[in-house]
Amino acid sequence: MSEIQYNFDEKYIFSSTAKKRLAVVGLIGIIITIIGIILIVNSGSGQETGEHALRSTNTEASSLLASSDPGAFVAGMSEEPKEGESHGSPIWLKRVYVSLWQNNIFFTGLALIGVFFLAIQYAAQAGWSAGFKRVPEAMGYWLPIAGIIAVVLFFFAGKDIFHWTHTELYIIGGEHFDPIINAKKGFFFWPADEHPNFPVFWFARMIIFFSVWYWFFLQIRKWSLIEDIEGGSTPYFKMRSLSAIFLVVFAVTSSVAAWDWVMSIDTHWFSSMFGWYVFASWWVAGLALITLMVVDLKEKGLLSVVNANHLHDLGKFVFGFSIFWMYIWFSQFLLIYYANIPEESIYFIERISTHYKTVYYINLILNFLFPFLLFMTRESKRHRIFLKIVAIIVLVGHWFDFYLMITPGTMQLDGGFGFIEIGVTMIFIAMFLYVVFTNLAKVPLIAKNHPLLEESLHHDI
Amino acid sequence: MEIDKYYTIGIYDDDEVVLNAVKKLRAEGIKIYEVFSPFAVHGLDIALGYKRTRLPIAAFLFGLTGTILALTMMTYMMGIDWPMIIGGKNFVALPPFIPVTFELTVLLSAFGMVGTFMVVADLKPFKKPRLFDLRCTHDKHVIAIDLAVNKFSKEEINKLFDETGASEIHDKNF
Repeated sequence: MSEIQYNFDEKYIFSSTAKKRLAVVGLIGIIITIIGIILIVNSGSGQETGEHALRSTNTEASSLLASSDPGAFVAGMSEEPKEGESHGSPIWLKRVYVSLWQNNIFFTGLALIGVFFLAIQYAAQAGWSAGFKRVPEAMGYWLPIAGIIAVVLFFFAGKDIFHWTHTELYIIGGEHFDPIINAKKGFFFWPADEHPNFPVFWFARMIIFFSVWYWFFLQIRKWSLIEDIEGGSTPYFKMRSLSAIFLVVFAVTSSVAAWDWVMSIDTHWFSSMFGWYVFASWWVAGLALITLMVVDLKEKGLLSVVNANHLHDLGKFVFGFSIFWMYIWFSQFLLIYYANIPEESIYFIERISTHYKTVYYINLILNFLFPFLLFMTRESKRHRIFLKIVAIIVLVGHWFDFYLMITPGTMQLDGGFGFIEIGVTMIFIAMFLYVVFTNLAKVPLIAKNHPLLEESLHHDI
Repeated sequence: MEIDKYYTIGIYDDDEVVLNAVKKLRAEGIKIYEVFSPFAVHGLDIALGYKRTRLPIAAFLFGLTGTILALTMMTYMMGIDWPMIIGGKNFVALPPFIPVTFELTVLLSAFGMVGTFMVVADLKPFKKPRLFDLRCTHDKHVIAIDLAVNKFSKEEINKLFDETGASEIHDKNF
């Protein structure tokens, strides 16, 4: 084993070809989005061509909702003003907004999981990951950009994404007064909940979460770079303390962020599993991205310190947490299914009885069945080609998971999956990867003074 | 009891030494019966040329048995033998069956795996263990070589033990 020569000074070079390729992905994304918008605007009915078939299922679903008694109750509850006064945005713009919000939540999660992965490794004093820790480190740099996008998007699209932002819901005795949302207004509008115009509490939380996450990330990164130059164990212990505190902060903030940014879309509905559910989705997607990037760097001839044993561990992570995600998903589903309380089951009726049911079943197949069966054997977790396939499947699958959390609640039956969604996602992929690779190229790829690097080199499972 | 197994054992103090000794002995063409050590020595299984265990296959098959058993059992009970209305659900509905299916899958694969391992490793009740040296549970590493399956004489093997750094060499017959 000792004969292997490791290159501790290797650097990732973000070549101009790679930059051009990402720029092309982004440009194609913009073009596809514009094509999607034009198609919707021209079709007149508000639907893309080729989606007319879905229209019939939609009406079936709504009649199904209205047929039974509890169904009618639920349908009445969730119904939003179709030609509503305040829902001014045309469908194409709403779809762009919703898609932007969904992608921003998804990619925020990927960046956040980069920091969370690092924190777990330090808090547990894990040595195996020391060789590739620059990869999750680079992912964290997306956080401030995600924060800015979230803030800007809220000001432009808040009314289209979040039903609870409409002030007429809170006018007692008014035509649109909603007692359920009114009872929850403190969560959004405190301390100004007597005059709910701007969600001070909600907005402050968003700013605080992004700042706190980014601050912890910058601190960990700072000490990581100091360690590179000075060595010694001081930076390691500093990072360990920071990580331990971050994990506690993360536990609370990630959960509240999930309620704020995702669950509040379905304002009447709530689930006590939701924080876990979003975390599980973020976490396994983030692990898949780390795996994909490590495999990609290895195929470029870099990361000589990473061998099949490290890949095996990453594969086990993806395998295990795919099952964890399914467990959380099912725990949420089973209770709602069994109790069958209309207020709760509307969430699943909106997704299973409508044209979203295709995505709904694809979601389960991509995120559980594929990783479970493909990663079951030991050898498949040690082979790059398998790791790449499963990591991509899991990333796509969890993108659809967030699609399912956000689109049915915001778009109701007008939502779809078409050029707009694909285009916006491509733009996000290009921007995210550009930021990550730029920051990966800034510093040496291997933390050569990491005290546990030697342990990582001898990792053997 | 009649003695029918003749072994020679080399006792080593250090895991690095025993790892190199195993490589040397195997390079010479000696078949090693077993190495006993108080802790897992990394790379020893590779040096001994052990094939990977097929236990996972057994585990998968036992798990699959559990899955099928659970699903058929519940389908028969709830669908054919004694249908009951619970919460207005279908008699045979998949979601409420999942927890039981999961439990039986895990139970059967765990029990099956332990059982298979005990059969394969010959761990039956009241079996008298063959202890080559009690100190292999404490701080020594023991290489045991079955003389019957090797064409080398005991002297030749003991000489190799000595060369590779064994601290003690004994005979052990059962």
